Formats: sequence, structure tokens, C-alpha cells
Amino acid sequence: MARRLLSIWFPKLASDTSRRRRPVEGAFALVLRAGNLDHLHCLNKEAEIRGLRQGMSLADARAICPELQTRPADLPSEKAALESLRRWASRYSPMIATEGVDGLVADISGVAHLFGGEEDLRADLDARLARADVTAVTAVAGTRGAAHALVRHGGGIVPEGKLAEGIGHLPVSALRIDHATADGLARVGLPLIANLIDLPRAPLSRRFGPGLVLRLDQALGVQPESVSAEPEPPHFGVRMTLPEPIGLQSDVMAGLARLLDRLCSKLALHHMGARRVQLELRRVDRATAKVEIGLARPMRDSTRIAALFAKGVDQVDAGFGIDCLRLSATLVEPMPPEQTGGGPALKADDALADLLSSVGNRLGFDRVLRMIPADSQIPEKSFQLVPAIYSAAEPAGPRRVAPRPITIFPPEMVLDTVGQRPGTPPARFRWRAMWFSTLRAQGPERITPEWWFDDPAWRSGMRDYWRVETQEGPRLWLFHTPQSPGWHVAGEFV
Amino acid sequence: MKTHFDAPLGDSLMLVPARVHEAQGRARRAFALFQAARTTGVLVWIVAAHIPELPFLGALPSGVNERLHIFRPTGETDLLWAVEETLRAPAVGLVIAEPQQSLSLTAGRRLQLAAEAGQTRGLMLIRNEAGSNAAETRWVCEAVPGVGQDSTLQRWALSKNKKGTTGSWVLNWNGTSSAFNLVSEARERHEQAPSPG
Repeated sequence: MARRLLSIWFPKLASDTSRRRRPVEGAFALVLRAGNLDHLHCLNKEAEIRGLRQGMSLADARAICPELQTRPADLPSEKAALESLRRWASRYSPMIATEGVDGLVADISGVAHLFGGEEDLRADLDARLARADVTAVTAVAGTRGAAHALVRHGGGIVPEGKLAEGIGHLPVSALRIDHATADGLARVGLPLIANLIDLPRAPLSRRFGPGLVLRLDQALGVQPESVSAEPEPPHFGVRMTLPEPIGLQSDVMAGLARLLDRLCSKLALHHMGARRVQLELRRVDRATAKVEIGLARPMRDSTRIAALFAKGVDQVDAGFGIDCLRLSATLVEPMPPEQTGGGPALKADDALADLLSSVGNRLGFDRVLRMIPADSQIPEKSFQLVPAIYSAAEPAGPRRVAPRPITIFPPEMVLDTVGQRPGTPPARFRWRAMWFSTLRAQGPERITPEWWFDDPAWRSGMRDYWRVETQEGPRLWLFHTPQSPGWHVAGEFV
Repeated sequence: MKTHFDAPLGDSLMLVPARVHEAQGRARRAFALFQAARTTGVLVWIVAAHIPELPFLGALPSGVNERLHIFRPTGETDLLWAVEETLRAPAVGLVIAEPQQSLSLTAGRRLQLAAEAGQTRGLMLIRNEAGSNAAETRWVCEAVPGVGQDSTLQRWALSKNKKGTTGSWVLNWNGTSSAFNLVSEARERHEQAPSPG
């Protein structure tokens, strides 16, 4: 059976995507900065009518059309839009791939009759894209090269066996060749594809390189060229629809266990582990309850994940019953296969991860913390509390020579000070409703604020830290701020 | 003062495993860190989110900071739940918690059962006289003014002990390792001093 290729070109994909997200009236263009020049990346029909062209510099465009509205081009979202169009267009053929940054190509051999023939398929595709307000040109031909050439020059259908006639009238630049080759061909008097078809290949190849001959032969079907569908990224979601609604917690947990087995085997197949898992329970009255859990580390062990769902499922209102369960891993991380069994160390790691998961799911993972050293001279900033599940333990740096307290708290003002001589801590002071007498003092250690970072707590300027032993027992960490005189307690020693 | 010398002192200061203990007094956090340095395994410190006092990373005894996890629940119920859950976990070596309200007998008993189930030690840093009767031991910890620049004396008194005698010790622990020096306590002398020469 003859191969039939469908090519779709979205000439205004970027501006269509941008306008879909935020509609705009009148002349509109997306602007891309190359070097230090802004130029028009993609423009809509109104802007083209006003005489603007793609690639024109923004200054020129503004001179021609002062009311031109612009937005910066967003290449990643353009790519995502093409990708979603590709997924949508797979309704016409499973063999579909992207072509360049703004085109799709699909192998529709043996598919067209399902849509009532090639004309109807093309009409259906055009109508759907027009309804979605996406500018598109489509073409059907017997080879990929011919479909590509045709779609850039108005689209249409080339019937089977009429390739040479169908694309003969197109200029040679439609053949996916570079500008220099196209210019060279035009200069020697071969502006159309029809001029090339009957020429001997060898002199052509010798003069313009093998690329031109390859492209020509591909367009004419002498050289094969296939469409390879890109692999779909794996989707980690499973669902279960029930003939009768369920309402008991044990029934939901049983359904969850079956779904988890399927999800975990899917994760194992792709060497991934789940980090967040979401269970959606659709009720008979179409309301949806969601239960989401987090995991302390990538995991695909169904029994251990099921245990974390117990509390959330318990709080779900089943209403008149639940008839659909959907389970998806919303966040996955790579997790290579591990040797089963493992040693005691591995078991302890597992047990700790289970503890962090269960505590984190109730308290919130931002309340399950670990201390890691930070690079700062400021005592409060010399360590950081970070979520334990997203960090690894780090050994603290070398112990400082200067004394440091075992507990630290935000500075508390010392209310009354008695017997203070300049440059020494007070002989007696009151802190937390208790009088203390200084027995021995060690210091001062001067710490200056980080000038590159404005910290409100350090606006009072540099601090002179003292280790003060009191007659009452506690050994306190006091500091004095010479620039705004006052004594504060900031910590307690062993 | 009553001290029993049957067991070596280190064992007296060692918390009985798989039980929940209590410590009160101003220097209870130092006692907790001393116990943390002496135990192996994962350490979990559970302190309510509104409590400003935190362990200072740069001054923890060696080997503690890599093992230390800090849970900061928002309410007393969540705190007790977290303590019970952590005590039940077999992966943890020592659970240190700072409950803000006095522990009821029910709560204390539940924590003991959880500690037995998980074979984990628990140490509640309670406010004065806010403990529960179910505690295995209760320690009263105070800092004592030192006699020299580098002496950091601690008085750790065992005021309740379900499986042994009570006692009181003054020792010098500098907070860097699990090593300590016992300090003989000065006392008033009743007998006559030996005559010089």
C-alpha cells in the first residue's frame, strides 16, 4: 500500500499560544532579543496586514505601526504548545512526530478511510484547528518531503502517483535545502522543482552537493524517509471504576492496595520512586475528595505507602458512595533497583524514612527538620534548619576557639544592670525575672554585622559577646551593643 | 547525701533503655545533650514551634549533629503524638521532647508503652514538677558555679527512680564529648582536723 504523509504547519504558533493565554486586539507581535537587537519573532494577521514581517527589528516595526502591541517571546512554552498539539493530533494517526519548531508530520497510511477519505480528514483537521483559533496549514502527499514542501506553499493534497506534477510548480527552496543552494539554483536558471526532476543526478550532486539530491529524491519517493513517533513520557497514574459505589473505609483501603500494586510495578518498570502520591476518590454525586501524602524518600513499596493513607482516608466523607478511585504519583524521582534483603544499616534507613514520612504527613514536612552548618560568622546564621527529607546530614565544621553556647535564642534584653564599668559586663543584672551576679566573665568577642545583608536584628550595630558565669549557676552568653548601649542575653552554655 | 557505689558511676548516669525518663531544672538541656552524646542511633529532639530555644549546632557534643533531627509541632497534642510515634519507631536511639504542659498519668503511661514497643529511650524535659508518675527516673539538673575558668560544674540529682536508689552527683562536663569528671563535693567537717606537724 502506498504511504500517505500528513504535514501540519503552524505559521503563527507562538503568537496564537500567547493570545490564547491572554487575548489581545489589534496588531500584535512577540519580540525576541538576539544579541542586543530586538526583532519580531512571530506576529498575528493584523500586524502582517499593516506591513510588518517576521525578523524585522522592533524599532522599524514601531515606526511602521506605532500601536503595535508586543510581548517577549517564550520559547519553552512554545515548545510545550507544539508538544500538546502533537498529543492532540495523535487522534489522526499513532505515528506522529514534531518537525522543526512549528510543524507536525504524521504517517496516515491506511488511516484516512476512518475519517471518510483524505479530503474529509483534512477538512475535519482544519475545522477543529480553526475552532481552537490556531492558524494552521495542512497538506497530504505520498512522501514526507513533498508534504513538507506543499504545506509551506499553501497546502493541499497530492494524489497517489502524481508526486512530480503535484510539487513540480513549487520553488526549489521548498525542498528543505539551505539558502545558498537555493540561490545558486535560481542563478543557473533552475528556480522550480520541475526543472530539477529531469536533470541527471551526478552533475547536480557534483555542483550543489549530495544534500540537494538527497532532499529531491526524498521528496519524489526515490529515497525512503520514515516518521518515527516519539516515546510518550511514562504516566504514573492508575484508576479503578467500580460497578457499585463503596463507602466503608476498609473497602477503600482494599481498592487502594490494588491500585498501589499496579502503580508500584509501573514505577519499578521505569526505575522510579514516588515522592508524593495523590488519591482521588470520585463520589456518586460527582464530588471529588483528594488525599495526598508525601514520602521521606523515593519509594515504591506498596504496603508502606498504604499505611500512610490510613489517616487521610479516614477523614474522607464518602457521601452516597465512591465509584471511582484514581491514584497518581504527582512527584517521582529516579530510584535504581536495590538488592533485596540488605543489611541492618539499610533496614535502619528504611525505618527512619518511614518515621519521617508518617510524622511529616501529620505535622507538615517543613516541621521535620535537620540542622546543617551554614557559612556565616553571625551566630544565628551559622546553621540552618532545613527539611530533613530534602537534605542529607552534614558534619559540622571544626569547633571554634571562641566559646559557643549549647542553646541559642533570639536576644532578650537585660532589664536592670547594676555596677557596670565601661568595657565589662554588669556586676548584677536581672533577666527573666531573676537577679544574677557575675562571678567571672570571659570576652569580649566582637562580631560585626554582614554589611552586604541588611538584617533587622543586627541594626543595632556590632556586638561584643561575653561568656558570663553567674553565682547562681547558669553560664550565660551576653552581648553588649556599643553603638546603641544595652545588654542582651543570647544563649546559655553547658 | 546518699550515693550508692555498687554500680560504676557511668552506669548510674546511663538512662535505662526502652523507658521514658524525665529531667527538670534550668540545666535540663545540658543533661539531654550529655545523654545524646552517650547514646548511639538517631536522635530526635521534639520542641514546640513557638519555643525560641534551639540547640546551637556549633557547640553540640561531637557526633551529635549528624544524628540529630528536630521536629517542631504546633500544639501540645501534636507534640505528644509525635513523641509517641517516634518512641514506637525502632530506628531511633533517643527521643528528647519538651512538653509545655504537665504530663498526665495516662500520657506518661502511653509513652512508656510506646518506648517498650520500639525499644527506644525517651527523655522528657519538663517544667518543674510537671512530670508524670509513670516516669522511670526523674533528674533535677542545675548548673553549679565553677571554681575555675574552665570548670563547668553540673549538679544532677536523681529524685525519683523506679528500679534503684536515688542520688546526687556534682560533675564537671565540658559539653564536647561524653567524658566527664566527678567532683567530690565539699562538706562541713565534724571531726577534728589533724594537728599540723
